[in-house]
Amino acid sequence: MLLEMQRAFKATVMGTGDADAVAALVRAPKGDVSRRIAVYRNTVQKSLTDVLAAAFPVTERIVGPRFFFVLARDYAVQFPPEVPQLSVYGAGFADFIAHHPRTQGLAYLPDVARLEWARGETYFAADAPPLNAAWLSAFGPEQLPQARFVVHPATRLVRSAYPIHRIWSVNQPEVAEVPAVDMAAAQSVLLTRPVYDVGLRLLSEADAAFVAACAAGATLNDAAVAALAVDEGFDLQAALQEHFRQGTFTDVVA
Amino acid sequence: MPELHAANAMPATTIPAAAGVGLRLQHMPLLANDPDDAPRRAAWLEIHSENFLNAGGARRAMLQEIAARYPISCHGVGLSLGSAQGLDAAHLERLKNLFTWAKPALISEHLSWSVVDGAYLNDLLPLPYTTDALKTVGDNISRAQDAFGRKILIENPSSYLQFAASSMPEYEFLARLAENTGCGLLLDVNNIYVSAANNGFDAGRYIANIPANVVGEIHLAGHSIEDEGDNRVLVDTHSTYVCDPVWALYRATLDHVGVVPTLIEWDLDVPAFEELQAEAARAQGFMNATRKVMHVA
Repeated sequence: MLLEMQRAFKATVMGTGDADAVAALVRAPKGDVSRRIAVYRNTVQKSLTDVLAAAFPVTERIVGPRFFFVLARDYAVQFPPEVPQLSVYGAGFADFIAHHPRTQGLAYLPDVARLEWARGETYFAADAPPLNAAWLSAFGPEQLPQARFVVHPATRLVRSAYPIHRIWSVNQPEVAEVPAVDMAAAQSVLLTRPVYDVGLRLLSEADAAFVAACAAGATLNDAAVAALAVDEGFDLQAALQEHFRQGTFTDVVA
Repeated sequence: MPELHAANAMPATTIPAAAGVGLRLQHMPLLANDPDDAPRRAAWLEIHSENFLNAGGARRAMLQEIAARYPISCHGVGLSLGSAQGLDAAHLERLKNLFTWAKPALISEHLSWSVVDGAYLNDLLPLPYTTDALKTVGDNISRAQDAFGRKILIENPSSYLQFAASSMPEYEFLARLAENTGCGLLLDVNNIYVSAANNGFDAGRYIANIPANVVGEIHLAGHSIEDEGDNRVLVDTHSTYVCDPVWALYRATLDHVGVVPTLIEWDLDVPAFEELQAEAARAQGFMNATRKVMHVA
């Protein structure tokens, strides 16, 4: 009885079910039942679309708030939160956009959404100390190439065939008028959190190959080889210095 | 969630019978950056438990700073105590870990449901007040209290409709829950006002029928009014000041239950913290004027 009511109520507030099924169970003064049910429907739908708008502000700016609301509501109806923790709601939104019939003209949009999602993950990830150069002294010159860098729990790498760093940057609130963006360039973005502030940095494709290889468990030697295969001018020393500064890694292990 | 060292755990304390403020994310940097010897901005603070379930990062770090200076209450919005399918074990575990870390002086949740078939609807949805529902909610509350190893306070919801199947008023349902499970009550005076206006019952009578000795906390907030012809709906938006009739009802509540911790809530169009302090000061004035002081565990 209670379960049937809750199922009917869910279908009604999500807009997928027959509101009459709920209306038959409830009463309100002056026969105002449908309007009263609408208060719950509006709250549920608006609260969930607001959560997504807060997590994907650049995506919202690109498509405009009205269309974003439609996208977000469609997502919420098909994929309501599975966990009562809103900071983890929206993990599948980028893939949802990639398959939505009305966003097919915006091929770069799913990757922009992936970048925004990664940014949230970086913000909320576990705390851990950043790896610094001094830790490497424990390794001899023969051991170091075989050591593996452990990525920090907050580190995320988003690689795209589109200039997502540029698109993200020109769609920040402080940019009043969005300039034209050359869509030809592929870009990779590294997100790190040395302490609490999220760093968002455009990475060279060689450096991105290096970080991706480290994240996959490669040795320092193999990760450097992967980077050099992309660009034979890759400067490992300089790249590492920057990674130590940004907190890309948290440990180095034999 | 990673293990936290004992040194990182927060101090446990009690919530004073004074006016507190609902801590919102936009005010956290302000409070976290106050020097240790700065005057306190509120007698105590309440957080939404589900906003602090993440593994790490700035939000939890700021809470740790703030909790070193203020008693903290954890107010849940996602446990769905009214779920016909029972509680989610994983969510109980998440909350238990949070409480172990944050050591709140009070824990509260709502008389409502928000989860069915694994979907969380992010709203406090209404229940029929039947003996069947009383058993379901009571079992869920007992399970939560067992999992947390302590008593929780249950808050009356704001409602926009009633179920035809209800066989008792909300105050009786709450009183019986407290009797059956040993839970306490969190009386939201604005919710009583809103629900009474929307459903045509008497708010004063509701308060008079609440067992005074189980009320451990009071909430105050502002609501908005939606008019459509001669049909009026009060919506519990937490977006404005506490209105005068709710202050009057608050005074009646204090007369009935005594002086208990009272919280100002503001969630939408959130103003500067000073505005919330001013609302809390107003609540404190009513508390000071209420002679009867009761001690609730």
